[in-house]
Amino acid sequence: MTTQLADQSNYAQAEINLQLDAEEKIKLMRDMIRIRRFEEVSLKYYNADKMGGFLHLYIGQESIAVGTISLCGENDHIITAYRDHGHALAVGMGMNECMAELFGKATGCSKGKGGSMHFFAPDKNYWGGHGIVAGQTPLGIGLAYGIKYKGLTGSSLCFLGDGAVNQGAFHESLNLAELWDLPVIYIIENNGYSMGTSQKRSSAFKGSLAQRGEAYGIAWESAKGHDIYEVRAKTKAALDRAHQENRPTILELATYRYQGHSVADANAKKYRTPEEIVHHKENFDPLNVWKNQLMQEGVLSEESYRQIDSEAKSEARQAAEFAEQSPYPEIGEITDDVYFEVDKDTEAGNQGRHFFHD
Amino acid sequence: MPKLSDTMTEGTLLKWLVKVGDSVDVGDPLAEVETDKATMEMVAFDEGTVGALYVKEGTKTALGETLAVLLEEGEQAPEQPPSGGAITVGKEAGEADTGGGDETRGTEIAPNSEQVGGNAARAKASPLARKIATAQNIDLSAITGSGPGGRIVKRDLEGAPAGNAAKQASAGPATKPPAMISPASATAEDQRIELSSMRAIIAERLLASKTQIPHFYLHVEMDAEPLMGLLKQANITAGEKSNKLTINDVILKAAASAAVAEPRVNASFDGNAIIQYANVNLSVAIALDDGLVTPVIRSAQEKSLLEISLEVKDLAQRARSKKLSPDEFSGGTLTVSNLGAYGINSFDAIINPPQAVILSIGGIVKKPIVDSEGQIVAGARMDVGISCDHRVVDGAVGASYLAELKKRIENPASILL
Amino acid sequence: MTLYRHALNRALDEELANDDNVVIIGEEVAEYDGAYKVTEGLWKKWGDKRVVDAPISEAGFIGMGIGASMLGVRPVMELMFFSFAYVAFDQMINNAACVRYMSGGLINCPIVVRGPANGGTNVGATHSHTPENLFANMPGLKVVVPSTARDAYGLMKSAIRDNDPVYFMENTLLYGDPAAASELPEEEFTLPIGSAEVKRSGTDVSLIAHGRSVLVALEAAKQLKEEKGVDAEVVDLRSIRPLDEETILNSVVKTNRAVLVDENKPFCGVSAQIAATIQQEAFDDLDAPVLRVTSIDAPAIYSPPLEKEQIPNVGRVVEKVMQLG
Repeated sequence: MTTQLADQSNYAQAEINLQLDAEEKIKLMRDMIRIRRFEEVSLKYYNADKMGGFLHLYIGQESIAVGTISLCGENDHIITAYRDHGHALAVGMGMNECMAELFGKATGCSKGKGGSMHFFAPDKNYWGGHGIVAGQTPLGIGLAYGIKYKGLTGSSLCFLGDGAVNQGAFHESLNLAELWDLPVIYIIENNGYSMGTSQKRSSAFKGSLAQRGEAYGIAWESAKGHDIYEVRAKTKAALDRAHQENRPTILELATYRYQGHSVADANAKKYRTPEEIVHHKENFDPLNVWKNQLMQEGVLSEESYRQIDSEAKSEARQAAEFAEQSPYPEIGEITDDVYFEVDKDTEAGNQGRHFFHD
Repeated sequence: MPKLSDTMTEGTLLKWLVKVGDSVDVGDPLAEVETDKATMEMVAFDEGTVGALYVKEGTKTALGETLAVLLEEGEQAPEQPPSGGAITVGKEAGEADTGGGDETRGTEIAPNSEQVGGNAARAKASPLARKIATAQNIDLSAITGSGPGGRIVKRDLEGAPAGNAAKQASAGPATKPPAMISPASATAEDQRIELSSMRAIIAERLLASKTQIPHFYLHVEMDAEPLMGLLKQANITAGEKSNKLTINDVILKAAASAAVAEPRVNASFDGNAIIQYANVNLSVAIALDDGLVTPVIRSAQEKSLLEISLEVKDLAQRARSKKLSPDEFSGGTLTVSNLGAYGINSFDAIINPPQAVILSIGGIVKKPIVDSEGQIVAGARMDVGISCDHRVVDGAVGASYLAELKKRIENPASILL
Repeated sequence: MTLYRHALNRALDEELANDDNVVIIGEEVAEYDGAYKVTEGLWKKWGDKRVVDAPISEAGFIGMGIGASMLGVRPVMELMFFSFAYVAFDQMINNAACVRYMSGGLINCPIVVRGPANGGTNVGATHSHTPENLFANMPGLKVVVPSTARDAYGLMKSAIRDNDPVYFMENTLLYGDPAAASELPEEEFTLPIGSAEVKRSGTDVSLIAHGRSVLVALEAAKQLKEEKGVDAEVVDLRSIRPLDEETILNSVVKTNRAVLVDENKPFCGVSAQIAATIQQEAFDDLDAPVLRVTSIDAPAIYSPPLEKEQIPNVGRVVEKVMQLG
């Protein structure tokens, strides 16, 4: 875990970052703030019993989704695990459809059928939102396989947590990625804990988790996740490798979550000290780090920051209002969206009984 | 309408023995009811005052329908028979317990529709058999199942008598008209005679028998000379005052005795087993003006010729006045039908289910015969037929029984004791 | 006559020709020509891009196929044995079956996972699973189990063209069995998934089966006719989900009796669902309880003569039919 004090980024001068104009830099700021405010409002309504199940908050990790996805082009695809709200907003999904999904409403991005862990927007190259730890990692190479099969120049950004690196499916995926030269970038968002078990207590490693890629001959890199310049710089190198060589990369980004594993994490403050959380908030908060960076660069003023923040808060509040006012799905819709052929009323969808009843 | 016999599905209220306002005690007769087999008294199961009589004399009523109501002090009789089921008559005639509370209607005068339905439910039948039975209004309880464990299955209902199941008061699925052969349309001169209870039950049971039981028939001609000689002798000896023995009495005695010698005919088919009876309970077919009854001489194999003779006469007399009780019809194991007195020489009777055989006794005919010396002489001969359920009895067994019977008829002295 | 194996091979070959997005992936499917020679000659004809040898890594490559199918590739994945699906279960259930639903209908997975799913070859419990009931339990999946070469051909082509995940369960004993061979016409054809077929018409009892059990039922029907005078009808489900209930019920309404022949284990096997359907929809047409002939309820035994007894066989079917009375 990176514990070095954050100061002005060494990666500001990276070519990919030099290309950023002021507006783009402020957009990065706005995207991170929007994620945080969205998560805060969703937590408020979770606590008000407006939603069920789990709620895995992205607060503290915003720079990773925003930084990496800011580099994605037309044929770059994104897939992640269950802590998926940040990536969803970063790819351009609206707060309304995301919030409504959390509320279980018909207006949700998955019509209330997926919930917090299962956001999708294939039209924005966003393939979810997957609930099983590392279950998305074979899908990640599948996207890369598809891109390559179709002869496109693109990549698959497959996000996973530090807990997922110990799943067999991930290792099978690494083998296939290197064996078949697949343009996949595995981005390990290392927040130090797989649920309540620290990295030291869960993973055998030397130096970093990404280094496991060496066994497969896969290029790997680690970076400070709170520094959006560094995130972008290292992601760019991985993207180039994917686009130009059809080769995979493992990128391990150090980060920290302020909340529990999920809202249901009863021990969120037991397996780590309050001081540790404060330390990260004070020194490595991605929003503060970027805000300070932009103020130093003269791109952002305190006033404009406050305005962005206030707009984000308002947007999140309105999303909650939208979600509250939206209808729940109808009972009859429970069996919609199960089979393509049935939904589209095709000949195949009308053959035999697809749904059984009691 | 109470169920007063095993095969009863409806009854005719012949005569009320009480009127409105009468007080009755438990066990008091309330009415005379004609069942399929006899005229019987319906008695009160509870005490009270007769509040209303809903059924007119001469009316045919399905099991479970309300006939009357008995009231406790201060109660009022409803004008109509209480609705909501077969029966809600006064607490009187039903079970002793009124079911509690201040109900104006006490308990039921007869088994309720559920119980009747339950009776059918107790017959093991496949869902398909139940569906067919409902559609054709067939009484499953009258049918012997041929499936595993005696389950009534579709084949058992093929050709079964339709239309005679109990009319159940409870609302059930609409029943289709029974699939029966319809008569030519009646003209004004034609007479339409409603089926009596007895006629209906004969129709149902014998149709079931003839269609469900694989019948086969054997005949043997017996020498009746020794029998006639014996009777002549015996009746002269006994004198006029005493009981007069008939040919039929001897045949009954011989039939019972032969059944002990060949017990395989004294049996019933029971789905996956054959039941061979320990006692020979002889059913005796007795013709009445409006039908036929078959009262039973129990343990006939243990009874003397005289005992049999006396018993059958008593049964016949009471049958004609419809005074037989239901248990006097039930439990027969072998039937004897004798049409000799009607000038019939030979015939084949339909088996009386669930029995396995029935004897068809023809009249004694004088005819030329070839005697043991090869001479043509005058003889007295009697044709005896047997109808057998081939599921129980094979040809050789039927023949063996007839041989035993022949031995006894032709040597009647052997069965006199 | 075309063998079951060759019918599948022809279907795969034709669909590789019909659609550039079709790609065959699996262990030993390419250079080795297929462990059971179903893909024989395809690699030679179509090359590395269309026919791909995968490492022994079912969770990885099946999951990869599912991911690729989300992008419109139409992978036909071979499991050397369907028993190996168990190491890819998360991918096959949580991802393939659920992703369309969890995305509110935004994503679909036009993938085929095929391979043999049968006992009877003395390879022990780990290689003898018949998981059609497990997969058919999951809404979002289609499960096809053909019993003849003709059905295998027509259904495989439909499976590849279908836009939902289809798990296609073959049978190592049928691949080369002349009894499963069919006369195939020159011209291409497809058979609809979700349509059962009456393989033998009869009046006294319906034998309802799928996969190799259909052949067992047909043989039993022959014996019942010759030796017992019982005229059995044989219904081949062909597809477990979607399920052609109409054909099943029509047969039962006709014969009033059903014996289900099913290589699944009895507990929650395919026949358990069929029995539930029959009693629910045809209760009043039943003249006897619905009986089943399934595999004897233990992991698949190795010992060859005993395994013959463990899975449904002609003798057990005849005996069960006679129990109907």
